[in-house]
Amino acid sequence: MSSSQPNVALFVTCLVDLFRPSVGFSAVKLMEGAGCNVSVPDAQTCCGQPTYNSGDRKNSAQIARQVIQTFERYDYVVAPSGSCAGMIKEHYPRLFEGVPNWHEKSLNLASRIYELTSFLVDVLGVTDVSGAYAAKTTYHDSCSGLRELGIKEQPRKLLAGVKGLKTEEYDGTETCCGFGGTFCIKYSEISDKMTTGRIDQLTSSGVEMLLGGDLGCLMNLAGKLKREGSLIQVRHVAEILAGMTDDPAVGEGKN
Amino acid sequence: MFNAREKILNKIKAGLDPLQSRAHREISVETRLSNPSKYVVPKRAQLNRAKLVLLFEQMAEEVAATTSRVSSVDELPETIIEYLNRYNLPSRIKTDTNPLLNGVEWAKHPTLEVNYGKAEDNDQNSITVAFAGVAETGTAVLTSGPNNPTTLNFLPENHIIIMPVSRLFGTYEETWAHLRAEMGNIEITFPRTVNWITGPSRTGDIEQTIQLGIHGPKRLHVILLEDNDEETG
Amino acid sequence: MQVTSSSFKENTRDALSNPTLQNSLKRLHTGFVSSRARAAARMPEFELLRDQARDIKDHVLAHLDVYLEKFELQCQAHGGHVHWCRDENHAKDVVLEICRKANAKTVTKGKSMIGEEIAINDHLEANGIEPIETDLGEYIIQLRNEPPSHIIAPATHVSKEQVADAFRLTHSDLDPARNLDEPDNILAEARAMLRNRYLEADVGITGANFLVAETGTSIIVTNEGNGDLTQTLPKVHIVLASIEKVVPTLLDATALLRVLARSATGQEMSSYTTFSTGPKRETDVDGPSEYHVILLDNGRSNLLNSEFKEMLRCIRCGACLNHCPVYGAIGGHAYGWVYPGPMGSVLSPGLIGLQNTKHLPQASTLCGKCEEVCPVRIPLPHLLRSWRFLIHEQGLADRKFNWGFTIWAHLAKRPKLYKHVVGWLIRILALGALNKGRYKYLPGLKAWTQTRDFPAPQGKTFMQQWRENEDV
Repeated sequence: MSSSQPNVALFVTCLVDLFRPSVGFSAVKLMEGAGCNVSVPDAQTCCGQPTYNSGDRKNSAQIARQVIQTFERYDYVVAPSGSCAGMIKEHYPRLFEGVPNWHEKSLNLASRIYELTSFLVDVLGVTDVSGAYAAKTTYHDSCSGLRELGIKEQPRKLLAGVKGLKTEEYDGTETCCGFGGTFCIKYSEISDKMTTGRIDQLTSSGVEMLLGGDLGCLMNLAGKLKREGSLIQVRHVAEILAGMTDDPAVGEGKN
Repeated sequence: MFNAREKILNKIKAGLDPLQSRAHREISVETRLSNPSKYVVPKRAQLNRAKLVLLFEQMAEEVAATTSRVSSVDELPETIIEYLNRYNLPSRIKTDTNPLLNGVEWAKHPTLEVNYGKAEDNDQNSITVAFAGVAETGTAVLTSGPNNPTTLNFLPENHIIIMPVSRLFGTYEETWAHLRAEMGNIEITFPRTVNWITGPSRTGDIEQTIQLGIHGPKRLHVILLEDNDEETG
Repeated sequence: MQVTSSSFKENTRDALSNPTLQNSLKRLHTGFVSSRARAAARMPEFELLRDQARDIKDHVLAHLDVYLEKFELQCQAHGGHVHWCRDENHAKDVVLEICRKANAKTVTKGKSMIGEEIAINDHLEANGIEPIETDLGEYIIQLRNEPPSHIIAPATHVSKEQVADAFRLTHSDLDPARNLDEPDNILAEARAMLRNRYLEADVGITGANFLVAETGTSIIVTNEGNGDLTQTLPKVHIVLASIEKVVPTLLDATALLRVLARSATGQEMSSYTTFSTGPKRETDVDGPSEYHVILLDNGRSNLLNSEFKEMLRCIRCGACLNHCPVYGAIGGHAYGWVYPGPMGSVLSPGLIGLQNTKHLPQASTLCGKCEEVCPVRIPLPHLLRSWRFLIHEQGLADRKFNWGFTIWAHLAKRPKLYKHVVGWLIRILALGALNKGRYKYLPGLKAWTQTRDFPAPQGKTFMQQWRENEDV
């Protein structure tokens, strides 16, 4: 399927596109650095997860069809998000179960979609990255990435290659941060309790920086850290791996 | 009541018939029941007899039971008296009438009062003979019967189980096989009660603190009887 | 049991502001979670056993009618009676009838979720029969007139001081000056008070963890031995079981028992696992002279024929509750009915309807931890989603959110319009943060900014910048 230069399409995800483009550029840099030919199809907006998790299959299927068509002709489709990649891989086929033609297409896309760190490690065999950053950090395992896609070792393997970075585990790494898409708005008090639990664990871990692979979780955790006056900085793992840390950390300003 | 039975079964059938005919289902079930499926059995329990005894002792002690060994039924009265003294318990026991204990010369120990039959409220110490033991988890298997009152396992505060080592197996599955072999057709001869007992009674209902002796026995002691084993080759 | 699931949000607020509950939840979580992990690590065959457990349940569900009939046959062959009950009212009447025939004045009870489901205690009391819960946790909540908050540890939300208070109030004949400070004292009192009730009871009611078709057997799993005293001492033993509890053979039951305790409390095996088959035999020295099994449907045959069929695999271990971060934040009462946590959120809408329970499937981040620990691998997150599909289709979802998503979907399906409209919104949001990088308050996102800052967008969207770079 792939030649020496795999044809990769970036599925940038709505959160990265709208809130933190630097993650998208980091992802591109990492993949091009690993020898990929990276394209960014224009007609992409959202994977359909928000409407899907809210029970609206009809709209989700319509969005999904658009995604499937947009990304039809690439060897690989890579997203800097476990939940978006998980949506496409696990749930698109479910959305089109029993629907002729679209079910096959969804399975086809499902076979080509990857979360970023998994793509780098499992498909491209990347062992070294260019980034260098001196900090004591920890990686939070976002739920979909961890449980739907098995993302666990891959980001850690890559982080081990970042010069100066010391990555340790913290107690709450596999426990939900409380984001859950609209959950944090609909059931905000429960969400806050969960997020507070993670913040307490992060604070006692003594880390200086929190990394993760899903911007939703990172925005949630960063927002709470900032509200609590914490000095812990939050970045997407791609930024550290790509050495693109000129932009302020999540929720921080230029001041 | 018949109405309900038919209604419930019909509802179930309505859901299952489209997937597989009733006739097919019956064949499946009959096949399965006449040839029960075997499942994975923990490797830890697949040991020789000597090691099984050690495993049983280890697992039983983990669940706060105590164990000791005797090499013949003649040693039982002394062992039991010693146990009762250790915990300052009255010298009265209620025991089942398992034939294994027929030869025990209780009379040689007149300080020990021995009674037989089911447990009464004021029986503090009971003696029962196990049907079998399961080393995997330090579990004693007891079955109800004319010689084995079930109340002896639960009413008294202190329960002593005699376990012949020849009846100690690694897994529960082996005990079921022996039950089948001894009872004949268990579809109609299964005992009223089969108890798997793993340690004394306990609860964690008060702030998750584990405490022993809430309703059943506070103390469980298993005496392993190293009997002549003709079965192991 | 009275349903309060529709006041889920209020229940949640109460739960979050209850310090006794919050302490209990912390204890519960650390206890059961680490125990289960230890037990699973100790048994190399555990993962394979989970697959086998799942397969056993799936096989039974696919042949449920045949297995139930076989169970009935074998139960009767051993001298037992089987009563098929469509719903809770039917079951209540049957149980009452059996108790009346036995001239029962008092009835001891082992822990039974089916008992809660049909609210049998209230029914017996209303008809002049006194039910006495014997599981210590159930006894405690019976004294406090509360429902259980966990399916394994029903009084987990109660502090030891609260237990002592309940005992002082109820055991009013005892010396008021007695010491009830330590769990040991409380335990001794419970043991003494309940012992007489066991001996006096005319009828004993237990639940059933499993029913075995090949022998007509019911199985209970306890640590206290209360179920055994309940079912051995009285003249009559009634088993409350729902229809999906049946398994084919003793070997199947054994495989399931291996994963049950380990998943529930992390024990290798519970203290007492008891197999009961029919009344006492003629030559038995003790035991009940009557044995009745109530086979309750109460909505399960509906679920069998639906996309929620896999929920019927559940063996009621409680692992999903113990590991769920939502349950861990709000406890069991907030869910408003018998079954809390992830399994309750899937099962309750199926048994008592979506109208009352619509919050339950929605109050989840779908983190998937429940499925990760479920011994029979129930795909709980997907079943929660399936309820969400129905909530949406039946128009039960929150109007405001519906509108929001309709607009979002409308835009998402139209990339050009999306980039235009959303692009502008993002630009404004980015500028509005005034280089601080976050918002302390956002009118549209009050629920967020009440407790968290909201990170601002960096500026132009990725797609805008990418296009601009390409144009260059």
